[in-house]
Amino acid sequence: MTNTKKRIPTNHIVGFVLSLVMTLVAAWAAIGSDLPVKWVIIGIMILALLQAGVQLFMFMHVTEAESGNGHIPWNMMFHGFALAGILVAGSLFTMSFGFDHNHDDGGGNHQQQEQQEEHSGH
Amino acid sequence: MSAEELKTGPLEYRTKEGQMSILGFWIFLGAEVVLFATLFATYAVLFGRTADAPHPGELFEAGTVLIMTFLLLTSSFTCGLAIHEMRRGSVKGLTIWMIITLALGLGFLGFEIYEFVHYAHEGATIQSSAFWSSFFVLAGTHGLHVTLGIGWATLLLIQIARRGLTNVTSRKFFIISLYWHFLDVIWIFILTSVYLIGMVI
Repeated sequence: MTNTKKRIPTNHIVGFVLSLVMTLVAAWAAIGSDLPVKWVIIGIMILALLQAGVQLFMFMHVTEAESGNGHIPWNMMFHGFALAGILVAGSLFTMSFGFDHNHDDGGGNHQQQEQQEEHSGH
Repeated sequence: MSAEELKTGPLEYRTKEGQMSILGFWIFLGAEVVLFATLFATYAVLFGRTADAPHPGELFEAGTVLIMTFLLLTSSFTCGLAIHEMRRGSVKGLTIWMIITLALGLGFLGFEIYEFVHYAHEGATIQSSAFWSSFFVLAGTHGLHVTLGIGWATLLLIQIARRGLTNVTSRKFFIISLYWHFLDVIWIFILTSVYLIGMVI
């Protein structure tokens, strides 16, 4: 019960400010910066994952002593996120990889190939 | 159930029923993650397959999208404040913050409808190409979830006005707060992988 009587919900305010800052940074990286496309995409995807973490931990009470920490089915949530990753990465891998696209920015590693696939529509 | 009721802790967690309902809702959210993953995967695969329709980079507007994002982020924050007030035992605080949350949610929906109508005028509808089909299904499914959430929360507000804060009503509000925060999580990924990447490439 320690947290629930507080007048000021510090966690929520910190989470809100963090999510605003991360959104602005992501928007700036995508629209305002001259960074290479590959790095912008990697950067804003990492920011999105961090933002999801803010929502889960600051707002959705996934860890709180008051509720006994026992009411979150971690295995099910992990299952959901793992399936999401497999679905998205697997679909890109099977459906988009191997198409020819006339980009000559090179790059040998897996990550770069994946980013290039996202250009393939042009 | 009342025999097992705890004396401390948040109201919604004091009964076995409340605990199990919240557990069940987390399992539902796990399934929702997979539902949206299929839509994201479809979108990613069809990215750029616009046929004769406009390219996403031509239509996506940073301004509108950022306003929508800030509306939804703020609504997630006010929804958190509503639950904070609920745990302090304030029905009034809960109601006020929840109404603000819903107003922000409606604002978000308004911008989304405006955006869809605008795209349709520019020649990008659900029927124009594989890419736009996947776009409207993904963003539209999220918008549908927001709409359902607004209706659901409105009904809960009527219920709490009649019954006050009990184990049952507090559990229901806690669950809709999880739902609302979850919509924000999904939107962040739509903002990033649809709009921002669409504008970069």
